[in-house]
Amino acid sequence: MRTLKFLLQKEFLQIFRNKALLPMMFIAPIIQLLILPQAANYTIKNINLSVVDFDHSPYSRRLADKIFSSGYFHSSGYPASAAEAIRLIEKDKADIILTIPLGFEDKLIKEGSQKVGVQVNAINGVKASVGNNYLSSILSDFNNDIRMEWLQPSRISNQPSIEIVSSYWYNPMLTYYIFMVPGILVFLVTLIGGNMTALNIVKEKEVGTIEQINVTPVRKSQFILGKLIPFWILGNVIFTVGLLIAWLVYGIIPLGSIPLLYLFAGVYLFALLGFGLLISTYSETQQQANSMIFLFVMIFNLMGGLFTPIESMPDWAQVITHVIPISYFIEVMRMIVLKGSGIRDILYHIGVVFSMGIILNGWAILNYRKTS
Amino acid sequence: MSETKEVLIHADKLSKHFGDFVAVDEISFDVYKGEIFGFLGANGAGKTTAMRMLCGLSTPSSGQATVAGLDVYRKPEQIKKNIGYMSQKFSLYEDLTVMENIRFFAGIYGLSDKQIKEKSANLVGRLGLEKEAKKLVAGLPLGWKQKLSLSVALLHEPKIVFLDEPTGGVDPVTRKQFWDMIYEAAESGTTVFVTTHYLDEAEYCNRISIMVDGKIEALDSPEGLRKTYSAKNMDEVFYQLARKATRQAD
Repeated sequence: MRTLKFLLQKEFLQIFRNKALLPMMFIAPIIQLLILPQAANYTIKNINLSVVDFDHSPYSRRLADKIFSSGYFHSSGYPASAAEAIRLIEKDKADIILTIPLGFEDKLIKEGSQKVGVQVNAINGVKASVGNNYLSSILSDFNNDIRMEWLQPSRISNQPSIEIVSSYWYNPMLTYYIFMVPGILVFLVTLIGGNMTALNIVKEKEVGTIEQINVTPVRKSQFILGKLIPFWILGNVIFTVGLLIAWLVYGIIPLGSIPLLYLFAGVYLFALLGFGLLISTYSETQQQANSMIFLFVMIFNLMGGLFTPIESMPDWAQVITHVIPISYFIEVMRMIVLKGSGIRDILYHIGVVFSMGIILNGWAILNYRKTS
Repeated sequence: MSETKEVLIHADKLSKHFGDFVAVDEISFDVYKGEIFGFLGANGAGKTTAMRMLCGLSTPSSGQATVAGLDVYRKPEQIKKNIGYMSQKFSLYEDLTVMENIRFFAGIYGLSDKQIKEKSANLVGRLGLEKEAKKLVAGLPLGWKQKLSLSVALLHEPKIVFLDEPTGGVDPVTRKQFWDMIYEAAESGTTVFVTTHYLDEAEYCNRISIMVDGKIEALDSPEGLRKTYSAKNMDEVFYQLARKATRQAD
């Protein structure tokens, strides 16, 4: 115990003396939590739409006005010909082209139906399909408007129709912040926590101080605890800073219990720091450690369920997500913060992540050798 | 020295292989209590590897060795309680102050708060570091750093202290002071095991061994070696032996 006290004392002295570490720990998460959620926004806006209007009639103009007034579309001009419109797509100036044929109004009035052409630039698949959906629903709306004007009210009431009323649970306004902020916070804790732990030990290797420790009677477990505890505390501090930002800036107050959040964060940090320690035992230089962390962080980032739902990943990818601790924390964060889940709902997650922590830390202790 | 010399380090055909490379090749020697034992050799001769095996930092590939009566294979952690070690590379914490370093190392060697207080005040006083006690070690001149390292390695009054090229890059005056400290330690009963490639320093040792290509080629007192090789000084002894080396220096 006494040895551990000296190890901890030394570690904290060094952490507070490190001019790069503290800003990295606090300023980075603050800035990133302010910027990232704004950028990681799935609401597709500003779709560039070019309307090729061959008709130039009041109805065609009304249709175009309706589309642009929706707020999702941005006019990228009214090309005079189809060829010109295609050129706009090629130059990436237009995402969607709406072609209103000649005689649109005439045919609409006389025959009661008309076709319009929609061409979509599908390089960005999400933008293309979402844009197409928006456009389709505006067109069908327009369709209804016209029918309302032309048909007698009595006839409409006779028409059977099903109206769909949706209500969105847990995030009624479908605000992306609410969905993204808890996830991004987890990601930041992971990035900073994992990085700090791994680099810290590797730095001792590089400088040679670890050898001076290895020649003392300090036990491996004491040394590792002396590294784990300070970074575990710092990880919790970063997590707290993040929660405060989520509350102050985004107004996100966890629906579920805050102590439960910390319980899970504590277990998660235990596993995460074990992972950092493990990387440090396999690297000789900070450069090596950094590139290993980079590799894993990329995988965590793309497969942890932060940006894309795990459920829609292919089966083999879903298997991988089961061994990535971050995927459990992101899920638990969203469960507790948005749904107000209780301890029973996350017992499974706690169990899995805790086991991971035991394995990772155990592996790190085994792999850390005082004697080569 | 009397006949009832207590053996503190005993090595018997101790070897270390790294793959095909034999860094240390069946070295055998004894080091006695209170002795200053010099370990000489060119760069890459295997001095540091041999020393690391004795300190429990590296497991031997074959052969036997005991340090302070403890087996290097079975009791490396016990050995660590009995030894002090100062590596080639300065390895105190540069981002801690002089005082904090002393406190830390004294603490992990298990000294009590009272001992730590006394020892650190005493140490700082002897080194004349009163003004620097609260400054970061990073800012100290190299000579002072080395003297501080040695003092820290001796803090817990080990039976044996291992010094790996302690005076590398240090000016002659500081080297002299450093050797005064080594003598002081030896007089108080600590056995000193020191590697060096400064041949004038070899004269300060009670006995020296000269390593060439992983083997101990000569082991005697400085006078004894001069006589055997009919040399005027250690330089000549060393050149006669080192000429045989085939291994490239690192």
